[in-house]
Amino acid sequence: MSAAPEPLLRIRELGVRYTSGRETVDAVRELDLDVAAGECVGIVGESGSGKTAMLLSILGLLPAGARVGGSVRFHGGELLGLPPAHLNRIRGSRIAMIFQDPMSALNPYLRVIDQLSEVPRIHGGLARRAAEQRALEALEAVHIGEPERRARQYPHQLSGGMRQRVMIAMALIGAPELLLADEPTTALDVTVQAQILTLLQELRQRTGAALLLVTHDLGIVAQLADRVGVMQGGHLIEQAPCEELFEHPRQPYTRSLLAAMPRLEAPA
Amino acid sequence: MSAWRRRLRRHPGTLIAAGVLLAIALASLIVPALSPYDYYTPQLDLISRPPMLRGGHVLGTDPLGRDLLIRVLWGCRISLLIALLASLISVVVGVAWGAVAGYVGGHIDAFMMRAVDVLYSVPFVPFVIVLTMLLGRELWLMFIAIGAVSWLDIARIVRGEALSLKRREFIEAARVTGVHGARMIGQHIVPNLLGVVIIYATLTVPTVILFEAFMSFLGLGVRIPLASLGSLIADGAGDMQAHPHLLLVPAAVLATIIYCFNFLGDGLRDLLDPRGQA
Repeated sequence: MSAAPEPLLRIRELGVRYTSGRETVDAVRELDLDVAAGECVGIVGESGSGKTAMLLSILGLLPAGARVGGSVRFHGGELLGLPPAHLNRIRGSRIAMIFQDPMSALNPYLRVIDQLSEVPRIHGGLARRAAEQRALEALEAVHIGEPERRARQYPHQLSGGMRQRVMIAMALIGAPELLLADEPTTALDVTVQAQILTLLQELRQRTGAALLLVTHDLGIVAQLADRVGVMQGGHLIEQAPCEELFEHPRQPYTRSLLAAMPRLEAPA
Repeated sequence: MSAWRRRLRRHPGTLIAAGVLLAIALASLIVPALSPYDYYTPQLDLISRPPMLRGGHVLGTDPLGRDLLIRVLWGCRISLLIALLASLISVVVGVAWGAVAGYVGGHIDAFMMRAVDVLYSVPFVPFVIVLTMLLGRELWLMFIAIGAVSWLDIARIVRGEALSLKRREFIEAARVTGVHGARMIGQHIVPNLLGVVIIYATLTVPTVILFEAFMSFLGLGVRIPLASLGSLIADGAGDMQAHPHLLLVPAAVLATIIYCFNFLGDGLRDLLDPRGQA
């Protein structure tokens, strides 16, 4: 990979260490990863391989007990160790995140529209009316039927798929350049998964946002990612363009991952 | 909203409790203004009359010939006012204190909660007695004294809730969108505390009323000739054998008010939770 232009996101020697009492666990070790503007990078690995810790460290969301080392640069600016005030300006507006479980990631006491319009109110300094208009547009963008009516409902009144659409709308409303997704479809049933993936694909093409996608589902990666990284035990053991990885896995672990995936047809 | 009305209809008890409280509050505001009697002028020819429908004194008179109905309604006014204001103070202060301590955490949390511990350990009744001896029997003193202690429980409970809330995913999701500080506490933490706070607030209101009654019973409450329900009960208890109505009427009213508040809390929690089936 040519090192000349600085990529959108540049992770170097990232390490995450959890300490509890005398025990220390290295969740992520010496991880290097680049995400170019507009690119979709999928990170796969089994539970506990450090995928989520890596993702959370980018926005400084790790619990207080975690020690983070190395460097995460976004647009050439270091994110690690950034004071919270600066981080808050980036969160939601330039880097956004989609969570795994849309039920627990939406505030049960806030109507959809209040939750969505919060983002443009914080970052764009928009007044209530304008922010709500933006929220409605965002709901339309993620293909929620009857956005006017849905906007006035509470999260528990929506179906799982619709909630995840709201989550995605919430992530996209600030027009971020980089989207982090932590298992965005795991909590959904299969048909809804497919719809959400199609939606993510469509939105990515429309907005040109880069996507860093963490999942244990190789099928999702095959569908969405330009490049794939495989994590095992905190290390990024292999990364390659999507097709190449599926066709010619180099690491034995990757091969066993691929072998474990039920397949009906050759991946795209 | 119709969803509200539907939910309200499934809680007829709440509606009745709210109605009774409202009726008592309105009566305590309106009736004394319309009545020919007041709460302070003695009528020495009408001493300690029992309740009777004819003759104007529906609930009878007290040993100084003052109309008992008017005095009880004035007592309700004082008791409800103290209860609502003191509860308001305690809820506002308690929620703010607890939510900040719980959400911010760390040294600030430790400092804030030790302050609560210190206030808890002040022996309250002697403290109020000393206070009233120094400053006199002032009504506002009651507000402050009661408000100052009753927020401690709420602060502790709210802090615990906030601690567990802050680990929830939607708080993290809000943090990812850049929400922070006061907005996070106000928009995301506090609304989710509502259920607990409402239950606790409606428990606080009767506690405060009882506490005020207790202080008045000890002679530390309102200044005569003004009466609160507590001081009326105290006066009535002194004359219990000869004129039981002087004790029974204010005691029954006090019991009714407290019962209604207890009932109200339960229904309100269901009504205000958006997750309750609409």
